[in-house]
Amino acid sequence: MTDSGVGPELSKDDSGAQDDIPGGGPLVVLENVNKHFGELHVLQNINLTIHRGEVVVVIGPSGGGKSTLCRSINRLEPIDDGTIMVDGKKLPEEGKDLARLRADVGMVFQSFNLFAHKTILENVTLGPIKVRKLGKQEAEKNAMELLERVGIANQAQKYPAQLSGGQQQRAAIARALAMKPKVMLFDEPTSALDPEMVKEVLDVMTSLAHDGMTMIVVTHEMGFARRAAQKVVFMADGQIVEESTPDEFFTNARTERAKDFLSKILTH
Amino acid sequence: MDVLFDFTPVFDNMGDILQAFWAVIRLTVTTGILSLILGTILAGMRVAPVRIFRGAGTLYVNVFRNTPLTLILAFCALGLSDTLHISLSTQSTVNFYWLAVFGLAAYTAAFICEALRSGINTVPLGQAEAARAVGLTFFQSLRLVILPQAFRSVIAPLGSIFIAMTKNTTVVIVASYVESAYIMRQLFEEEGATIPMFLAFAIGFMIITLPMGFFFGWLAKRLAVSR
Ligand SMILES: Nc1ncnc2c1ncn2[C@@H]1O[C@H](COP(=O)(O)OP(=O)(O)OP(=O)(O)O)[C@@H](O)[C@H]1O
Ligand SMILES: [Mg+2]
Repeated sequence: MTDSGVGPELSKDDSGAQDDIPGGGPLVVLENVNKHFGELHVLQNINLTIHRGEVVVVIGPSGGGKSTLCRSINRLEPIDDGTIMVDGKKLPEEGKDLARLRADVGMVFQSFNLFAHKTILENVTLGPIKVRKLGKQEAEKNAMELLERVGIANQAQKYPAQLSGGQQQRAAIARALAMKPKVMLFDEPTSALDPEMVKEVLDVMTSLAHDGMTMIVVTHEMGFARRAAQKVVFMADGQIVEESTPDEFFTNARTERAKDFLSKILTH
Repeated sequence: MDVLFDFTPVFDNMGDILQAFWAVIRLTVTTGILSLILGTILAGMRVAPVRIFRGAGTLYVNVFRNTPLTLILAFCALGLSDTLHISLSTQSTVNFYWLAVFGLAAYTAAFICEALRSGINTVPLGQAEAARAVGLTFFQSLRLVILPQAFRSVIAPLGSIFIAMTKNTTVVIVASYVESAYIMRQLFEEEGATIPMFLAFAIGFMIITLPMGFFFGWLAKRLAVSR
């Protein structure tokens, strides 16, 4: 392991590519996925394929099931039926195998969720040391490179509560990257941030996207979607209502539901 | 009146008294460590994803928290030792000592478990989710992320539990012969129950428990997790 890269090799030739299959084969495949919360049918027969190196933005009204979709991909939320495959492997049940799969799927939360009793550096090295069994020195070296990359290397020895929201979220991204995941999930990574901090986080995400990381991003940031994503998935009431390219979706949505939603987020 | 306020018996028996408190300290440390380990395991069981573990943990806590300590110790001494002939040492005083330690630890662990569980509840759910998302197993998440934060938030109540435990070592007289309360009773019988003698023992306990209280208060402040 000599490369300090954070994911698959750069596989896209052109970030503006409009084709459906940018670079690699399918990496995350959901087939006929269903999930209920009691009576509520939050995921209704979801079919979705995310290819290697692809960036998919998931957008839609509150309560539509976006977070649940994201969380089900690394089984933080179990599903009722259907299959979810990550890199050709079906999601295992609870246990060691599942922990291993989760290590391959990075997750960034809306509320950062950094380990409050550990320094930023310890946050980033915990997974590599305990899960990937890396030596402390190597883990710290990698962690410092990642913190450098997200622009907070000088905060490494501080505790999460001492950092601004934007810095915490960038640390959380570094923590997820440290596991060298095959795919990264972002659940509204900027919605808990003050406006002036949104950009610094989106910049990091955009650069990740351009480096070829496979990403599933729940966000309402249209600028990011246009800049970095190949695909927009519009979700409402537990269903995928529309799936298209960012340009097409934002300028020429096909469904009434999507048009209605867009008119609401565009007017305020 | 003179006898009542005569401090000479205290000084005459200083050796015995110190020996008694040395026994209290030993009992406190041993029992403290044992109950902390057992209490932590129980707390882990009570939040485990497996129902049987949760049930067993709950049953344990409810049984031990609601049974008087004297009964538990009497059970250890009479039931385990005399009737079932469970023996930890050939020497009967040593045997009684360990049975008493286990009895008191088993009892205290139930309270430690509950304090810790309330501490676990103060740790935001997102911490456990982030730990799982990084790929830690349930056990690793508990040990590396949840418990360290839970402990820090319940240091003060844990301190109270340990202080109560220290004083409960006196109850161990039911099962053991090496402890300060036993010597206290002996001295009372031989020297008469004088106020100085009571004072000596009361102060002796405070010398142990007051610093414990200050220590736990200091520790709680020092280790508080800021969010
Ligand atoms: N743990 C849970 N138990 C019961 N219902 C839940 C749970 N989590 C989510 N829900 C419900 O499931 C539905 C979908 O929730 P989800 O969080 O996936 O929506 P979302 O699209 O992410 O919304 P938002 O934009 O507000 O984050 C909502 O109606 C929500 O109330
Ligand atoms: Mg959500």
